[in-house]
Amino acid sequence: MLFSLLSELSAGAAGGPGAPGAPAAGAPGGAASGTPAPVRAPKRPHALREGVARVLFATAAALSIAAVALICLFLLVNGVPAMAKIGLPEFLFGMTWRPANDLFGIFPMIVGSLYVTAGAIVVGVPGGLLTAVYLSRFARGRVGSFLRSGVELLAGIPSVVYGFFGLVVIVPFVRLLGPGTGLSVLAASLILGIMILPTIITVAQSALDAVPARYYEGALALGVDHEHAVFKVVAPAAASGIMAAIVLGLGRAIGETMAVVMVAGNMPIIPDSLLSGVRTMTANIVLEMGYAADLHREALIATGVVLFVFVLLTTMLLSVIRKRGEAR
Amino acid sequence: MSIAFNPRPRRPRFSPVACSPVLGALGAVDLAPSWFAEEDALEVRIARTARHRRAVSALLRWLTYAAAAVTAAVLLFVVGYILVRGVPALSPDLFQWEYTSENVSLLPALASTVIMALLALALAVPVGVGAAIYLVEYARRGSRFVRLVRVTAETLQGIPSIIYGLFGMLFFVTACGWGLSLLSGACTLAIMVLPVIMRTTEEALMAVPDSYREGGFGLGAGRLRTVARCVLPSAVPGILGGVILALGRCVGEVAALLFTAGTVAQIPDFAGQGIFALFDSCRTLAVHMYTLACEGLHVNEAYATSVVLLILVLLLNAAMRVVAQKMEVSKK
Amino acid sequence: MTSFLKELANEMSVTAVAEVPGAAPAPAKMAVEHLNLFYGDFQGLRDVNLTFPENQVTALIGPSGCGKSTLLKTLNRMNDLVEGCRVEGSVLLDGADAYRTLDATDLRRRVGMVFQQPNPFPMSIYDNVAFGPRSHGVRAKADLDVIVEESLRAAAIWDELKDRLKKNALGLSGGQQQRLCIARALAVQPEVLLLDESTSALDPISTAKIEELIGQLKERYTVIMVTHNMLQALRISDKTAFFLLGEVVEAGDTDTIFSAPIDPRTADYVAGRFG
Repeated sequence: MLFSLLSELSAGAAGGPGAPGAPAAGAPGGAASGTPAPVRAPKRPHALREGVARVLFATAAALSIAAVALICLFLLVNGVPAMAKIGLPEFLFGMTWRPANDLFGIFPMIVGSLYVTAGAIVVGVPGGLLTAVYLSRFARGRVGSFLRSGVELLAGIPSVVYGFFGLVVIVPFVRLLGPGTGLSVLAASLILGIMILPTIITVAQSALDAVPARYYEGALALGVDHEHAVFKVVAPAAASGIMAAIVLGLGRAIGETMAVVMVAGNMPIIPDSLLSGVRTMTANIVLEMGYAADLHREALIATGVVLFVFVLLTTMLLSVIRKRGEAR
Repeated sequence: MSIAFNPRPRRPRFSPVACSPVLGALGAVDLAPSWFAEEDALEVRIARTARHRRAVSALLRWLTYAAAAVTAAVLLFVVGYILVRGVPALSPDLFQWEYTSENVSLLPALASTVIMALLALALAVPVGVGAAIYLVEYARRGSRFVRLVRVTAETLQGIPSIIYGLFGMLFFVTACGWGLSLLSGACTLAIMVLPVIMRTTEEALMAVPDSYREGGFGLGAGRLRTVARCVLPSAVPGILGGVILALGRCVGEVAALLFTAGTVAQIPDFAGQGIFALFDSCRTLAVHMYTLACEGLHVNEAYATSVVLLILVLLLNAAMRVVAQKMEVSKK
Repeated sequence: MTSFLKELANEMSVTAVAEVPGAAPAPAKMAVEHLNLFYGDFQGLRDVNLTFPENQVTALIGPSGCGKSTLLKTLNRMNDLVEGCRVEGSVLLDGADAYRTLDATDLRRRVGMVFQQPNPFPMSIYDNVAFGPRSHGVRAKADLDVIVEESLRAAAIWDELKDRLKKNALGLSGGQQQRLCIARALAVQPEVLLLDESTSALDPISTAKIEELIGQLKERYTVIMVTHNMLQALRISDKTAFFLLGEVVEAGDTDTIFSAPIDPRTADYVAGRFG
């Protein structure tokens, strides 16, 4: 007791106005700190150590900024010149991808990515959201906890394993449905739909769990039954979180590479049916990067740039949804 | 259809004007409301719709049950199918130290996976934890720097692994001149898992009650000492959770490694080359599995490899559960 | 002593105390008989016997944790949500057993409830009020319009809100939210209205408005309210039941309870000696 009093006194003296020893670790940042901890400049003997630590931590934080900056820089520097050489309209809207003839049109791949992503949403979202509702509001006891750990497991399975599963199970199944090899939009949509399930379930479930009990109780008190209260009051109240879940799933689907490569067939043409093969932007990169050179290689990087733009759009969409949710 | 509804004694009809002196005084119009006038009609309607409503409820309930059942079935099918086909394919040959084109042993890939993942974590964990410490313990909340870090971390989290692969290829492999190597791959993975570790650490630190910090400062400890002695220890389970998540991503990653670490099936030769083994190309288990599956020559081995991957994932999940329990305990 | 309380109550209240027609005993709308309630091993209510006369306001008073809110939640079976909650004895609505013969959702429609914290749904004011009727099968826009207007009028909040029915209900003040919740409860045409300390989270002006409203609502509904505020009970209730440790110590006309309590514990409580 006495000791702490003394040390507080001495700390107070050391940290008094003007404490010259601690400029780096000192008052401005410390005083303005958001933590409600008592703010006091460190004692003189530790000033250097504190200062160094502060700078190190700040550098670590700055690294994520640096990483994004570097990624943007390197992708753009290596990708944009190719776009210029090929011509932006020819690159984005060209219908033919034939590197041997210097034809680099990625429109079929853009459409392919969109088709496959849309398919994944159609396959994964309804089941995922309903499962989230089940886990949040219907599941009881062991069934619920079993399913919850099952979803965690689904989230942990590597995408190659999904791709392999798609290759040995889903593709043969699709082959039975009609003409073609089974390597198709449908197969890719199914496997992606399964892969985005855990994302959608966990995010939507935590949004549903976060809905205050008073909404649910208020609905029940009006003589509304459990199911209607959940679907008409609780679910709408979690709308922004549910939207976020869908967008996150969308982002995951559009960026998924390995599983798609293994089941999609990879023809660089716009698919004319669910059963025809398709090549996504991600697949385009992974398939040809191994041997590409010169303009071909740059065109692949440029494909990555286009993909990056799509991903940034979903990230922005996500932050808009989150902001809206907070505003409410 | 019989309407099982007991007609209750009529209540005095309601008129807002009659029973509200305020409304009456304000001269509120008596609408002779059809709603109240047709009270019984409404009740009959309620009774009739009750059946309809019950049917809808049952439908909704069974829809959620069905969705949950489908999810469970998908899980069981994927895991079960891989295990049933893969476990018989596991053979001692697959665990030879040497990879040859006749015996596509997965042991070198397994060893490389461990080395790669540990190296990536060794790079990412200090940075991620340090960054989180800065954001939670040092920085002024809501400052521009903090917001920028948050936005970029969120962006990093959304970037698909193939983009990381491209970047790693352009930066580490080409610009830094490290070639297709363990180091290039590990650095790429480190950037990829950085936001995971940052976010989980941040959450863990924020969950530490402020009284711990006050305790540290109250004893006259500096900020660093307070963080290291009072705050960080109770955040360890949370941080560990993030590390396990990151490990899972490292183990399963392919797209980010194909063009950064390459596909050479050998264990980096640290014994022979020392530190220079960092510049050896190597394939992780997931990459190994991808090449096997694509070549199409070694389907059974691919099954076996996916079993090993699944087991790794199961182990990580179990570890996660233990950590989560620790967190619960430390909360209490 | 009591007259002083009454005066004080009058002074603090904006409106006059409702005239209590003292004579003829009103028919019981709801009743509980030999009610015992358990949360796991803990007994929350002990052999409670009460009647709630039609078109009167009954106040349940008592110190925190005495079981008055528990009883209220038993009346519309909101306790069903509490895990490990077990009810013995009977709760009667118009003579029908609420736990054995009536369906829980039907019971809750007929026995509306307003909570301590205002809990409007995160949707528009209009949708909040229309939510109940919609769920009960009223679909036509014209019908809903009438119901919404009448319910808001009945909750004395129509004039404040009529120009912003499409606005989100969460933007309203606490007092407005609570009256909106009353309107929402009225929109399903309940027969009984339960108020669970519904003014305790509100400012004095909002409280006064809601108290006035309760005085009007009893002409049409049977009102049962839990309150911590004895002056409030005195101002607006016709009957009062005093709870202590899960038991009804004394119940009867509000005037009697406050002016001539039989049990010394009641006397101590209403005199403000504990609680």
